[in-house]
Amino acid sequence: MTGSTDTLFASNLASVDAAEAMVVESAADLGFDEDARMDLGLAIREAMVNAVAHGNAYSPDKQVRLLLAVGTGSIRVTIIDQGEGFDLNQVPDPTRGENLLRESGRGLLLMQAFVDEFSVKRSAQGGAEVVLVKYASETGR
Amino acid sequence: MSARFTTRQVGDVTVIDAVGRITLGEGSALLRETVKNLVVAGNRKLLMNLGDVSYIDSSGVGELVYSYTTVTSQQGQFKLLNLNKRVEDLLQLTKLYTVFEVHDDETRAVRSFS
Repeated sequence: MTGSTDTLFASNLASVDAAEAMVVESAADLGFDEDARMDLGLAIREAMVNAVAHGNAYSPDKQVRLLLAVGTGSIRVTIIDQGEGFDLNQVPDPTRGENLLRESGRGLLLMQAFVDEFSVKRSAQGGAEVVLVKYASETGR
Repeated sequence: MSARFTTRQVGDVTVIDAVGRITLGEGSALLRETVKNLVVAGNRKLLMNLGDVSYIDSSGVGELVYSYTTVTSQQGQFKLLNLNKRVEDLLQLTKLYTVFEVHDDETRAVRSFS
């Protein structure tokens, strides 16, 4: 099953759950095993939280756009917010000793760890555009 | 399934049995409230049993850190019990294994509190 969808989500926590469920369902349809589905779901969840909470600051006037492209053996998800974007190089490393006891700041680390390809840039509108790609098997790595 | 936290006493150690998903929102807020209330009530030896936690996100990890810092700042101890593979992997990835004392046997875990 291949194809693509373009979905707009409100900037709230219900959208995080809905986006995660939508992508995980597509992964199941594509035959991803349970571990791969959970990995992808967690990465989507972290990217959506980033977009909803940090990018759009829960603004009712802003939305999160999710582009889902299902290929043969892979899923590519692009999540775009309407915030101000960020520079990945400026994000503190949460695994450094001085940051270990911070309560937040681990989302990007988890996103990168649980998908096979990860990138972030500023979208044409200025917000953050995060791309996450997961392959159905380790052969994609 | 959202998170649920129940507490029980084993000697002077308070065991928190967590069930479900600890994620941003209800699950993480409930964990914070549970730990805060226990500390306010004077409990200083907390053992968090994560054996029935199916899923945890970065916010859930952050709440474990909050729990640890809240308890240790009151000269208490906060330890983890029964991590499943996914939670264990998360703690390895975030290097929080170097922070938390982790046990896989409740009796030994309870005895480890000074």
